[in-house]
Amino acid sequence: MHPSPSVIIFTALSGLGFGLLVFLGLKMPDVTGVLAFIFFVIGFGLAVGGLISSTFHLGRPERSLKAFKQWRSSWLSREAIAAVFTLSVMAVYAIGRIFFDYDIRILGVAGAIMSIVTVFTTSMIYAQLKSIPRWNTKLTPAYFLSLSLAGGALLAGQIKFCLLLLLISGIIQLLVWIKGDRALALSGTTIESGTGLGTIGRVRAFEPPHTGTNYLLKEFVHIVGRKHSAKLRIIALILMIGTPILLLSLSFSYFLAALSVISHIAGLFISRWLFFAEAEHVVGLYYGKR
Amino acid sequence: MTTLPDKTERKLGLVIDLDTCVGCHACVISCKGWNTENYGSPLADVDAYGENPVGTFLNRVHSYEVTPDEGTSQLVHFPKSCLHCEDAPCVTVCPTGASYKRSEDGIVLVNESDCIGCGLCAWACPYGAREMDGVEKVMKKCTLCVDRIYNENLEPEDQIPSCVRTCPAGARHFGDFNDPESHVNKLVLERGGMDLMPEQQTKPVNKYLPPRPKDTLGEIDILAPLLKPVAEKPDTFIGWLNKQLDKI
Repeated sequence: MHPSPSVIIFTALSGLGFGLLVFLGLKMPDVTGVLAFIFFVIGFGLAVGGLISSTFHLGRPERSLKAFKQWRSSWLSREAIAAVFTLSVMAVYAIGRIFFDYDIRILGVAGAIMSIVTVFTTSMIYAQLKSIPRWNTKLTPAYFLSLSLAGGALLAGQIKFCLLLLLISGIIQLLVWIKGDRALALSGTTIESGTGLGTIGRVRAFEPPHTGTNYLLKEFVHIVGRKHSAKLRIIALILMIGTPILLLSLSFSYFLAALSVISHIAGLFISRWLFFAEAEHVVGLYYGKR
Repeated sequence: MTTLPDKTERKLGLVIDLDTCVGCHACVISCKGWNTENYGSPLADVDAYGENPVGTFLNRVHSYEVTPDEGTSQLVHFPKSCLHCEDAPCVTVCPTGASYKRSEDGIVLVNESDCIGCGLCAWACPYGAREMDGVEKVMKKCTLCVDRIYNENLEPEDQIPSCVRTCPAGARHFGDFNDPESHVNKLVLERGGMDLMPEQQTKPVNKYLPPRPKDTLGEIDILAPLLKPVAEKPDTFIGWLNKQLDKI
């Protein structure tokens, strides 16, 4: 898949933002007034910034309000509704915490649960796609949710939770890669099943339908980036998981925490880039590519 | 609504005969022509006369080399367009309802004025049947020439999809798969019509007829007739000349 910056930024930032809102909704940390204001601004900034970034992916962003209609069948529509609903609930909760030192507990808890639900809906946009075997697994929601919560705990300064969640995220990330590398082969979809010619013999793409490129190849067949995927996986794991665990285990200082956050986000972007760049859409098989 | 109908009254679709397709791409061009001039926004070409021309097409013809375990390889031309799947994954993912499957005839269509160009339907389609238009930024796909098949202003023989009307080899057939007596159903039965990527569980309506086994000639020496003298006893001028020349 083409690793489009708007979708990488969207999933990474909104995941972090909603992750932070989970912890803020659960009063971890228990902050009010100016401090609460800063935390909520970061949480909303990341979540809303990510959502705005996602609209850059649209061909016709001026019609994006129509995306709220088809929640019965569409995960993308469900995500749009969940995000707006969550942010509205959290906004009321945040106003209480910031300006009135008042804790509307039910809204905090509801907002935290809805934040998790929102990240889950985001992950299901990808996990539902049979056409992309690497994503079509329960590991995809696990990957999105674990990293969202780990990043949220990191931003919220919940060190114990953060260490545990980072460790879980690291394990899930490894599983995503190990299982993902075999997903296309295990899916059973091949150039033979795609053309129905497998009963005659081995099939090789002899001639593409066109001399230039097309939308399908640009959007779905991204081979260049995969060349360095082994190195990038190691870098992602070190930055996203290893470095923050190491720094946070040393001792707590704001400097080390800030460094952990920067390292984690840099690693997260590489991990998310790989998530898209490594994903093989089965349509590539028709072109003799993966 | 982007939920799929349980059942459609008619099940319109195509049968594509891989045995007779000669790979001329006439269906590609007629499709592009008809769908640029008629229903919906035109199928754009970007940088058409420049270095990197890219265009939107609803139908494309691949060519594959198929090599059996024994014997020679064969070339199969493979036209591919929307299969109007019964369980169309492109429809259910659409957040706006722009993509829908019609309950009356099963055609999968895009209402372009509702399309936000998110591209998720193209992601969901395993066949690459949907392409985002490079200029209009909305999703384009085969309409089964919905503006021809019900168009009573056209001659009856033209009330079929443009690709079917155009195919000079008769490799494309259009009909109702819900009608057991339809010629598309008969073709599928006779020739073992098959689904593409059945494991993707999309239940495609369009069917493909596999290439028939090549027939073979018996053991003959094809050069033998050429080795025989044309005339045993030549009695023409050439024969006389031949004799005289032999004497020298």
